[in-house]
Amino acid sequence: MINRNPQLDEHGTLQHLLTTEGLPASVLLHILDTAESFVGVTERDVKKIPLLRGKSIFNLFFEPSTRTRTTFEIAAKRLSADVFNLNIAVSAQSKGETLLDTVNNLSAMNADMFVVRHSQSGAAHLIAKHVQPDIHVINAGDGSHAHPTQALLDMFTIRRYKRDFRNLRVAIIGDILHSRVARSQIHALTTLGVPEVRVIAPKTLLPKMVERLGVHVYHDMAKGLKDIDVLMMLRLQNERMKGANLPSPEEYFKYYGLTPEKLALARRDAIVMHPGPMNRGVEIDSEVADGKQSVILPQVTFGIAVRMAVMSILAGNQV
Amino acid sequence: MPLPDAEAVFESLAKKIQADADRNFALVGIHTGGVWLAERLHRELGIKQPFGTLDVAFYRDDFDKIGLHPQVKPSEIPFAVEDAHILLVDDVLQTGRTIRAAINELFDYGRPASISLAALVDRGGRELPIAAQYTGITLELPADKMLELKRGKNGKLSFHLYDKSLPE
Repeated sequence: MINRNPQLDEHGTLQHLLTTEGLPASVLLHILDTAESFVGVTERDVKKIPLLRGKSIFNLFFEPSTRTRTTFEIAAKRLSADVFNLNIAVSAQSKGETLLDTVNNLSAMNADMFVVRHSQSGAAHLIAKHVQPDIHVINAGDGSHAHPTQALLDMFTIRRYKRDFRNLRVAIIGDILHSRVARSQIHALTTLGVPEVRVIAPKTLLPKMVERLGVHVYHDMAKGLKDIDVLMMLRLQNERMKGANLPSPEEYFKYYGLTPEKLALARRDAIVMHPGPMNRGVEIDSEVADGKQSVILPQVTFGIAVRMAVMSILAGNQV
Repeated sequence: MPLPDAEAVFESLAKKIQADADRNFALVGIHTGGVWLAERLHRELGIKQPFGTLDVAFYRDDFDKIGLHPQVKPSEIPFAVEDAHILLVDDVLQTGRTIRAAINELFDYGRPASISLAALVDRGGRELPIAAQYTGITLELPADKMLELKRGKNGKLSFHLYDKSLPE
């Protein structure tokens, strides 16, 4: 048996969104195009459409995240779905229930969709493999593996400001090692035809053999930022740091923190992105974060439209 | 079967609307054919208000059956819907479900003073209590046929008939 992508059914339609890895450009572009029309909805007085009326969407957050959970909740509510937030870190699991038992119980309550955030890589895949075929799963971040909706909203933002992916130089800067966002971004960027993707980070914050993902590796900001159109900053993940990956945040800022001087090394019309939450003065200077080239707040706005697009595409792709 | 000339039908529709042009309509075309018609009517009738476009994909009642249309286009209503007299424009009126969806969507922009409907073709087969105030032509067509309006590179409109079972 051929092991097909677990996100797609036998006709190649999207059933779950677990990772951007292995998804064809046509699927990614369909999501971006659909999101484009949802941006219009989010700018109206009545920011709600009846598309998912009667559907039940469960936000399963095994790892705390107010922001991501809220954006999924807003997206689901704007589609008129009923949203249930389960902060599982402090409920059933602490009583000893297994992940799949939790999912079984919620499925028995007629869930239509699960949005899953988990500290273990592969948790969303496990749930997707386990649920009935009419239930859809969205990965809202699993360990250091993937965060596909973040990557998609980043792609949406890039397309909004730069139009065409096929003539861009993009740099991903910071803690690549612990970043599920970076992995999902790299897969999406290369699939969409960005000719040059760079990663800029100290050796201690890069995964082994990162070049195999098709990126160019730089350890020096001055070299790495030359001719760059898009700067994708990553958050320094203090909570995921084990051992001595870094001397100190101050030292990191000195070499890799994005200051106006370092930004001036990129193209004049380069845009600066950040998935949030930002550590000001660690990976990014306030003057840049709040500056003219920053598109960090538009990213948040577009994130709602992109999540609405993913939810409605999945809900519409019935088996 | 021979189909009527879409350009002639359009002229006849435009004339009927022209007779009421003092009513100060704002035009709203339904994607895709209705937008072409609204654009032409807007130009030929010299309507000052900009015209709007609706893609009713998010308001359809068959989402559970057929999912999301692959190419949803943004809706744009560049005028205040509140208290406006709106003329909805669509190419083919049949079940009335598209019009129901369009009316629902318009109400999410505001409370219009009135909504009326112009359809290039009324082919009957209504499933909802909806009627067009302006019709280009009334056609009786076999239920298994789909009538589609097309626009050529030169902007000329034409009708095409398909078997419903075949993909577009």
